[in-house]
Formats: sequence, structure tokens, C-alpha cells
Amino acid sequence: MTALVQTRKFHAQVISRAGQKAHLAGMKVGTIAYNHDELTMPAIETFALAKHYNIGFWRKRRKDALKSLTLTVEEGEVFGYLGPNGAGKTTTLRLLMGLVYPSAGSARILGKALDDPAMKAQIGFLPEQPYFYDHLTPKELLTYYAQLSGVPGKDRARKVDASLARVGMSESAGIQMRKFSKGMLQRVGIAQAIVHDPKLIFLDEPMSGLDPVGRREVRDLIQSLHEEGKTIFFSTHILSDAETVCDRVAVLNKGELRGVGVVADLVSEVSGQVEFVWTGAAATAEIAALGGKTHEASETFRTILTQEATDRAIDAIRGAGGKLISVTPVRATLEDYFLSKLGAGDRDSQNMQEVTR
Amino acid sequence: MIGRLWAIAYSTFREAVRDRVLYNLIVFALLIVGAALLVGQISIGIERLVLVNLGLTSISLFGIVIAIFIGIGLVSKEIEKRTLYTVLAARPVRRWEFIIGKFLGLVGTLTVNAFFMSAGFFAALLYLTHRFQRADADLLVAIYFILLQFVLITSLALFFSTFSSPLLSAVFAFSLFVIGTFADDMRGFAKLTEGGTKWVMTGMSYLVPNFSSLNVISQVAHSVPVPGHLVLLNTLYVLAYAVAVNCAAVLVFEKRNLK
Repeated sequence: MTALVQTRKFHAQVISRAGQKAHLAGMKVGTIAYNHDELTMPAIETFALAKHYNIGFWRKRRKDALKSLTLTVEEGEVFGYLGPNGAGKTTTLRLLMGLVYPSAGSARILGKALDDPAMKAQIGFLPEQPYFYDHLTPKELLTYYAQLSGVPGKDRARKVDASLARVGMSESAGIQMRKFSKGMLQRVGIAQAIVHDPKLIFLDEPMSGLDPVGRREVRDLIQSLHEEGKTIFFSTHILSDAETVCDRVAVLNKGELRGVGVVADLVSEVSGQVEFVWTGAAATAEIAALGGKTHEASETFRTILTQEATDRAIDAIRGAGGKLISVTPVRATLEDYFLSKLGAGDRDSQNMQEVTR
Repeated sequence: MIGRLWAIAYSTFREAVRDRVLYNLIVFALLIVGAALLVGQISIGIERLVLVNLGLTSISLFGIVIAIFIGIGLVSKEIEKRTLYTVLAARPVRRWEFIIGKFLGLVGTLTVNAFFMSAGFFAALLYLTHRFQRADADLLVAIYFILLQFVLITSLALFFSTFSSPLLSAVFAFSLFVIGTFADDMRGFAKLTEGGTKWVMTGMSYLVPNFSSLNVISQVAHSVPVPGHLVLLNTLYVLAYAVAVNCAAVLVFEKRNLK
């Protein structure tokens, strides 16, 4: 499965502006709408998808919630949709779910139109901060949703019980949800998204409202759904979660797609810097001469220098009487990628730095 | 499709049944019927008249209040609380199915509600008159017309709920109910006017829901039979009106961005 995903994700790409026109032209004449070298149908395709609202009562002003999004997500991928608050993540999900209508562009899910009931029976959706009919118990709610999704009566009870067990809600299955905490509602939300065994699952901020244990459980659940071959598209602003479970990520800011990347590649990139850790002598002056700054913690010293200064730094530390513990190339993190895509000096990116720490 | 409509209708019914306000209204309605008994006993010779008037009016008014109270929130509350997302987003449920399912669910709720109130009313009548008369069969026609009123008011409340806040929807629905109660008087007034006013008044009198021809309570209370053609015409009228209003509700709801 992993190998398959790796192959697919290299095929997947954000279509360039120039290619976009040809792509859309292909749509008009009814040709195959995705890359012709693809053997499988993409799970999600958006073509210049956009949404704007006119705000203000008297003098209407146009607000772009999403600007010309062209994106392809392959089957079997775990795709992270990243961006700060207000970036347009939820708008994208609402457009894909058919809750709001696009101002321009189009999209297809599992090769079908967004309002196709056959397609809708094969997808699951967890909205951001889900709220359910609180007079119902989780079991009643899931039975209702399973019925709406067309799960046959003979399988319904079994699938409901299995979904609740999967999110650790079996013991609370018979309690009215008006007594539930935010975290419990989030679990029920995930259970309702998988109760009908969908091929593609959309999760909007699935870790929101969960404690660290809950977050870990959701990550494990996403991974286990991935292993079953399901495609998962989830939005988040918690980068560590995305880094752990995603095959690919897209970064969105102010309604604009800033970049798409394969997580494994992004986090294995060497940044051109080297981290030195040593004990004994601080060697502050020598390190400063090489353009670095020494940090001390528990009689252990640490600095980061450029790769070119490695030999000189080793000599300098040893010369000052220090004992080297490690010399490690610094690798890029998803956070580095994310912040670089948001744009330096961007106020939102500065806010995100605080969020991600 | 039928399965989904049934599921949505049953869910609406279940929500209403679990709503404590609904129980309070039923209890209150039963108290009114009890009060009717008391009034009947102190009204020498016209006990049946008083009981039928008070009992059927209570069933009608409480049903209308419940219909407006629940109907105005059927769609807007779901949008506001975002419970709608998990129903429409990733389920093979079309928006029109949601509207019609909700409509059927509330009409079903009101029918069950009216059934229990009617059972209480007939029990009170039997207690008062000791035996049923032939004229009492017409009471069933009056109750049937009350159910038709529920169908009309539910479709109106649901329609307003698709684009308006619960408070405004309640104002609109209740206003139309009051105006519709005087629809026959509006037609009479239109005949007395001339020129443009006549056209406007006639148009309005036919546009508003005609609740007045659905009210035969006074007639059956005086043991005057209800003609068969009125039953047929009222049924066809309500069906046509409800279909038109529900179509309008679906059209509005289909175009809405569910933000």
C-alpha cells in the first residue's frame, strides 16, 4: 500500500497556470479530465474553484474566500490541507460537500459531480466543531445517518456498534448527547463520518477539542483507515499532526493555494546547516567568530552553523577544550515549509509560528 | 428515496416528541378540555355546544401553535446549529428530500398530537352526553379540516424557515394564519370595492391561505352537517396550496449557500 501511495503521489501535481487552461478546455469537450498517464481516477479534483461573498449592507464589497484552487488528490492518500485560521480551508470543504456553491470553477469527487448521490454515499464528512441532534444518543444518531447513507437494515446495528467502538464511545452509546463534552462530540463526529464505510473521508480540524490522548487516538485512526485503502482529506493548523500522518500537504493562505508537497520529501531536505552539541568549554568567542551563537543548557552547549564552517567549528571547539557530543545536519521541518509558503513578514505566518510551537 | 424521506420524517417526529414544550402544550390542551367539561356543566341545555366549540377550538389553536413553534425552526435551526451539515454534506440526501421529509415529519407529529387530543375530547363528550349521536360523526369532519389547517400552516412555517430567522418566520406564519382566517371576509370586502382596489383585494384574498373555509367548528357544534363537496374541495385546495408552498420552499433552499 505504501509503495502504491508513493507512486501515486509523484504522479499527482498541481496543474500549472498554463496547463490549467488546457485542462479546463479538456473538460468542456468531455475528454478525460485528469492526467492521461494516471491509471486510477483521482479522489478529488478541483479546477479553478473559487468562492467570493459580497459583504456589507449598503455598499457591497467583494470578499474572496477562495481564489482559483486547482488541486488533485489521489486515491489512497492522506492529504493534509494546511493554513491559518481564515485561510479558506473550511470554505473549500463546504464547496466540495455541496453546502455552498462555487462562484467560479468546478470540482469532481471520485470522478463524479458534487451533487451526485452515488458519490455522496461513498464519502464521509466531519465538520469543524460538529454539533448533533442533542436529544439523540450516539447510537440513535449513527443509526439515522447509516439509514440516510443507504446502509442495509441487516448491517446497520453492526456497523453502528463497530464505528462507536472504533472511536472509543461504546460505553456512552446510550447517553443523550446534550450531556457530552466537546471531545466526546468530536469522537461521535468521526464515528458518523465512517459509519457507512466510505472510500473517501473529509475531516475538518479532526483534532480540535481533543486532549493529547484523544489526538493520538485520532492520528492512529487516520493511519488505520489509510491502511484500509481509504483516502483522507483533512484540514488542520496543527502541523505536527499533519507531519505524522500525511502523505502530501497543501498550504493555503488568504484563499490562495501557496504550495503542495510530499511530506517525506519536505522533511528529509537538508537545510544547509549543521547543529553542534558539546560539553566542557563554551568556546563562545570561537563560535561567534564563525558567525554562530552558543546556547547553554545543563552544562551542554549548542550552536547551529553553516555546513561550510563544519571543520573549522570542530577544530575551534576542540581547541577550546570542549568535548563534542554530536554534529548533525539540520533537516527541514513541515513548519519551515509551511512558514516559507505563507510568506515572510506575513502577520498570519507570525501568528502561526506561535500556534505551531 | 422513500427510505430517506421516512428517516428524516421519523427523526423530526422523534425530536418533537422528546421536546418538553410539546408535552406541556398537550397537557395544557387537556386542561382546556377539562375546563370545557366544567363550563358545560354550568351551561344548562347547551353543554354539547359549549364543549364542541371549546374542545375543537383548543385542538385547532394548540396544533397551530405547535406547528408554528416547531415549523419555524425546522430548517433555520438546523442551519444555525449546523446539524444540517452531516445530513446533506456526505449523505445521498437531496435538498428537496430534506424539506419534504421535515414537512412530513411535522405533519405526522401534529396528526398524532391531534389524535390524542381528539381522543380526550371525545371521552369528555361521552362523559357529558352519555352516548354518541349521529351528528357527532360531523365532528370527525371538523377534526379532519383542523388537520388540513395543520398541513397549510406547517408548509408556510417551513417555507419561511428556509430563508428567515425563527422570530420573523413566526411573525410571518402567524400573520398569514390570522389574515387567512378572514379570507372569506376579504372576498366579501373585495366585492364591495371598485377599480384597482377591487383587483388588489380579490388577488390578495385568493393568495392568502383560506383558513376560514376550513373552520366548521361552529357549524358542527350546532349539529349542521358539512356538505360532501366541501370536504372534497377543501382537500384539493389544501393539497394544491401545500404543494405550491413546498415547491417554493425547495426552490429557495436549493439556491441557498449553507454557510
